[in-house]
Amino acid sequence: MKAFAIGMTLAASVALTGPAMAFEPTRPVEFVVASGPGGGTDNFARTIQSIITKHKLMDQSMVVLNKGGGSGAEAFLYARKNEGDPNKLYFGTNNAYLLPHVAKLAYSMEDLRPVSALAFDEFLIWVKGDSEYTTPAALIDAAKATPNGVAFAGSQSKDTDETLVALIEQTTGTKFKYLPFNGGGEVGVQLAGGHVAANVNNPNENIGQWQAGAVKPLCVFSDKPMAKSDPVHDGKGWGDIPTCSSAGINIPSYKMPRTVWTAAGTPDEAVTYYSEVLKKVSETPEWAEYIRKTSQTGEYMAGQALQDFIVSSEKNAVGVFEAEGWLVK
Amino acid sequence: MENFELLLGGFGTALTPMHIMVMIVGVLLGLIVGVLPGLGAPNGVSLLIPLTFTMDPVSAIILLASMYWGALFGGSTTSILFNIPGEPSSVATTFDGYPMARSGQSTRALTLAFMSAGLGAFVGIVVITVLSSWAARFALRFGAAEYFAVYFLAFCAFIGMGSASPIKTAVSLSLGLLLSTVGMDTVTGSLRLTFGIEALLSGVSFLVVVIGLFGIGELLATVQDGLKFRGVASRIDPRDVFKTMLELPRYATTLLRSSAVGVWMGITPGGPTAASFMSYGLARQWSKPGEKFGTGRPEGIVAPETADHSAGTCAMLPMLALGVPSSATAAVMMGGLMIWGLTPGPMLFSTQPDFVWGLIASMYIANIVAVVLVLATVPFFAALLRIPFTIIGPMIVAICFVGAYTVANSTSDLWLVLIFGVVGFVFNKLEFPLAPLVLAMVLGGKAESSFHQSMIASDGSLGIFFSNYLVGTIMVLALGLLIIPQSLKFIQYLKSHKNADSAA
Repeated sequence: MKAFAIGMTLAASVALTGPAMAFEPTRPVEFVVASGPGGGTDNFARTIQSIITKHKLMDQSMVVLNKGGGSGAEAFLYARKNEGDPNKLYFGTNNAYLLPHVAKLAYSMEDLRPVSALAFDEFLIWVKGDSEYTTPAALIDAAKATPNGVAFAGSQSKDTDETLVALIEQTTGTKFKYLPFNGGGEVGVQLAGGHVAANVNNPNENIGQWQAGAVKPLCVFSDKPMAKSDPVHDGKGWGDIPTCSSAGINIPSYKMPRTVWTAAGTPDEAVTYYSEVLKKVSETPEWAEYIRKTSQTGEYMAGQALQDFIVSSEKNAVGVFEAEGWLVK
Repeated sequence: MENFELLLGGFGTALTPMHIMVMIVGVLLGLIVGVLPGLGAPNGVSLLIPLTFTMDPVSAIILLASMYWGALFGGSTTSILFNIPGEPSSVATTFDGYPMARSGQSTRALTLAFMSAGLGAFVGIVVITVLSSWAARFALRFGAAEYFAVYFLAFCAFIGMGSASPIKTAVSLSLGLLLSTVGMDTVTGSLRLTFGIEALLSGVSFLVVVIGLFGIGELLATVQDGLKFRGVASRIDPRDVFKTMLELPRYATTLLRSSAVGVWMGITPGGPTAASFMSYGLARQWSKPGEKFGTGRPEGIVAPETADHSAGTCAMLPMLALGVPSSATAAVMMGGLMIWGLTPGPMLFSTQPDFVWGLIASMYIANIVAVVLVLATVPFFAALLRIPFTIIGPMIVAICFVGAYTVANSTSDLWLVLIFGVVGFVFNKLEFPLAPLVLAMVLGGKAESSFHQSMIASDGSLGIFFSNYLVGTIMVLALGLLIIPQSLKFIQYLKSHKNADSAA
């Protein structure tokens, strides 16, 4: 058994040190997480850590380091300080490239190099379980009738949630009230308790409340419905939720990528090495299980495709920021 | 009574040799991280999470939860012995615990703390067992305005009857509030008071400040106070442990009141740190006359410890039933829960009864294990104080700096420790109270954002704080706690003034 395990390790290391893989981390790899312990990004990084450990995808061990200060800016500032260090990976969302637009920070996109995106978190409109709003249109009409009267709760300020609410306002010509809270869990409870009318939580943040029927989804901001799943509540599952664009809110797609970065100046071989490792992670059954449990959309992206995605995602968001007057110079 | 059947089932899950081993290991690890300031329960638990990936969820949560209980106990140990709170929630324990230990009664102080902590935890678990479904529904009624009211209540209960001069209290409080605003503001998303310094982006860490104020500040004071390079000559007798245990029934009212405060703050979003401060404040206000608080009064140890632990255990309930962690450690455990594939929320109790009730049953057992283990270590810890200051002093300095570095792995925090060490020393000399500063740092930020959220929700009307019975009652209670003691003092002052006048 032991000989077999050693054989496996050897095989794995041979596979990793093949001709295309000139790079190998020389020290334990730091996983710098742009969120506090327990946040979505933290779970993302720790799941990857556990999969790499289990499948021995890297010879060096990994250390998770939470740097969640300033909505995650702390992690990316740390990247700027460690320019060219190939033994550090940075885990974030779209905050990596959006934060410098809304807060005056000492880093920019020039300080980061994208490695991969592994998953996309969906956004939905949720209302209370017994809410009078049964369709997105009803919610929009209510907001039109009483501008600034219908309240959305969301995580943080000028972050993904508020951006989406602003986008809904700009698309439908309405005005909502936006209440920022500390995290998705808190936002879910505010809705379940009836203190706000709606929220735009990710599936994972609201599934517990949906199971209990305390909240219900109205529509999902995606070009196609989500993957079919077991029923969650009242015979309905994730696949049964209509898309928002089909329900009268003309926002074809709004997703948050789960991204991995290195600091600028990291050699190409290192970026290729990590993107290969992460690609292997994305093909494991454990990863599929993580995606299923958190109701995200698993999609691996690297290289030019990722670059293009970032450019277009940044452009869209900056458009919203500009209209809302959030841009900092 | 259905809950009791479920609980018995839970004991069936939790009472296996394997799980008891896991509890002992967890509690011991927790004691270690709790004793080292900085490396508190949240860090310890997140270090352990990767190890739990291969375990089944019940064993994993038992391990993490046991570590949490161990850390809560360990945190009080350094508060009492060295005036360095190992955990944020054990700051209030330093006020009377440290003076008592300095006077040579370290065994008594530690035993009082551990026993009342154990009792507080027990009350908390009973409440979870009996009221789980009701409490979860009750917590849903807390919106932004109610959150603010709860924080306001904690402030008022603690500040209501300060012993220091009101102006000095106000200075200390304002400084704490000022420090709590540094960093990124949740509600507006803008950076405040960072002056372009990257290290201030994530704010001034509360733990770092506390390590500086109390640990280094106290050390400087000791050095200045006649350079007593001798340890406290305390008699260590294991029998003292039992003698102190017999003393406990005398503090029954304090125990009961503090448990109630803890349960309340654990279920509502106040959290253990706020609970311990509030409970200390109430004890100071309502205890029978006797020695002054802050000089080693037993109630001053019993009150914060009981509340801290009953709040700590009750805080598990909102985490499991609502997915809202009310302490940093609970947040980390919740992350673990999701990695193991469990969804915190109202349905967890019905979809995963084995897990939930196994955890609750393990809380009973693990806390008993923890109390036994820590009581056994009392003579050992108490003996630490007999080590001459020349040896222990430098060690404390090293522990303080290592601890502060571990909080966020940032070297700039080391400077903060030094700066706040000097601040603590100066405050001490000028008789400015430190407690209001600490309280303001813990609750200031949260109170501010919930106030801001309420103002957005109500379009700027203060009426929202009296808009329903719940929030109205809490606010009236809070204002009462603030105003009544002050007006009583004022009336007394007027009376004595009158007497003085007529005498003259």
